[in-house]
Amino acid sequence: MLDDLSGRAPKTIAARQAWLGVLARASLEEMRSNLADAPDLPDYTILRGPETGMAMARGRIGGGGAAFNLGEMTITRCSIRDATGRVGHGYAAGRDDAKVELIARLDAVLQNAATFAAFHAAIIVPLAKTRADRWAAIEAQAAQTNVNFFTLATMRT
Amino acid sequence: MAYVAVKGGEVAIGAAHAWLARVRRGDPSLPQIDAVQIEAQLGRAVDRVMAEGALYDRHLAALAILQAQGDLIEAAFLLRAYRTTLPRLIDTEPVDTGAMRLHRRISAIFKDLPGGQRLGPTTDYTHRLLDFERPEPEPVITTIARTASPAPRATDLLGAEALLEPDPSGTGEPADLTMAALGFPAGRDLRLQTLARGDEGFLLALGYSTQRGYGNTHPFVGELRVGEVAVAITPPELGFAIEIGDITLTECQMVNQFAGSKAVPPQFTRGYGLCFGHADRRAIAMALVDRSMRAEDLGEDVKAPAQNAEFVLSHCDNVEATGFVEHLKLPHHVDFQSALETIRAMRRDAEASDARL
Repeated sequence: MLDDLSGRAPKTIAARQAWLGVLARASLEEMRSNLADAPDLPDYTILRGPETGMAMARGRIGGGGAAFNLGEMTITRCSIRDATGRVGHGYAAGRDDAKVELIARLDAVLQNAATFAAFHAAIIVPLAKTRADRWAAIEAQAAQTNVNFFTLATMRT
Repeated sequence: MAYVAVKGGEVAIGAAHAWLARVRRGDPSLPQIDAVQIEAQLGRAVDRVMAEGALYDRHLAALAILQAQGDLIEAAFLLRAYRTTLPRLIDTEPVDTGAMRLHRRISAIFKDLPGGQRLGPTTDYTHRLLDFERPEPEPVITTIARTASPAPRATDLLGAEALLEPDPSGTGEPADLTMAALGFPAGRDLRLQTLARGDEGFLLALGYSTQRGYGNTHPFVGELRVGEVAVAITPPELGFAIEIGDITLTECQMVNQFAGSKAVPPQFTRGYGLCFGHADRRAIAMALVDRSMRAEDLGEDVKAPAQNAEFVLSHCDNVEATGFVEHLKLPHHVDFQSALETIRAMRRDAEASDARL
């Protein structure tokens, strides 16, 4: 459609999945504060959006069985083409247009071998660390509530 | 009977709305609360409104609660109305609850569950004493930074022994209540979608009824887990899955003793509950009712309300229910006028026949 990735190596896809996953979970403020350490983003034109709609979140019956529709969630998307001709896509849960537009711009520069390293170091690495720290803090709290129940002798033997 | 529209009353309605706005604001000398505070501090209300509004967006749910003065059914209604303004862009990949970052995970059947039990931020062991002091919470101890290791679902462990029925497989597109009206017989996919957005009180009462003997299913909570799961979509322009964020879910695996039937050997059967947010009660009740409605498929007698899928699914949606129940208070002047005429005519007929005797 907007972009054809069929000829690319799986490794590239995995890298792109990783940065899009990091960006989707960051807030606009977090992204903007890291932009200060990055080169200027190229000019761009909007191809689509930013627009907010819904994604139908699906689960599996019993946890691992056939899919069912659990309920919808808000999602925002945006696609851009930057001055180098690269197409970037931004998707994130929620309704933050500005954030998703910025994700699309970053997706474009991260696909460019010439600018990847600078943007990856300035934006993706610190945001990934923020995410990991946040998860570790939650896990630390959760782990403190780990419990061993003891069974007392009952009348039933 | 048909509802006949009325005209007039604009001025009174305007004044009623103005008063409502003042009541909603409350005493102007007190600080106004904001949706962000509701989102942060009334999390269980937000979870319920997202579930019953069938739209996961914490901030919108908080906004709806504020606008509805804390009336959670009204808030769910506002959320349902809002969602009709949004286009459906995509379906997500089914979430993997086995990879959930666990806040809470308990099993009532396995003491030594591989992966362990954790209580999470639960009210289970509180004394339910009203706290007038409201002490500041203790600060988080983050010194034990560690990485979460996903724990397998308890039912996957039991399943290996074949004493537990497996997850039903299937690869087709699941039914979608938001695209086609509820119809019967309803498959398990459609049932679960309907229950996931069903009224918590209704599900709770029906689940309770099964425990009290109206269609007993001998349930055990195999596992209850609460935590965050990654949500992924596969946009057509990319052709591969990308994550768009995380949502908090509660999952309940109910394990039910089953004596067997002509078609099915004795084994443990299962009920499943999955819902938005942290909602133990909703997930457990949903799993009870899901299992109850499988009575017919498992060859059990269908005698109790909770076993009747058509009854349960047709009445569990509180937005639909409140619309039909509450519309009774709107002007029915013409309706009633005709009922009045009918009663008067019947009276006249009865009096006339009495006089003839």
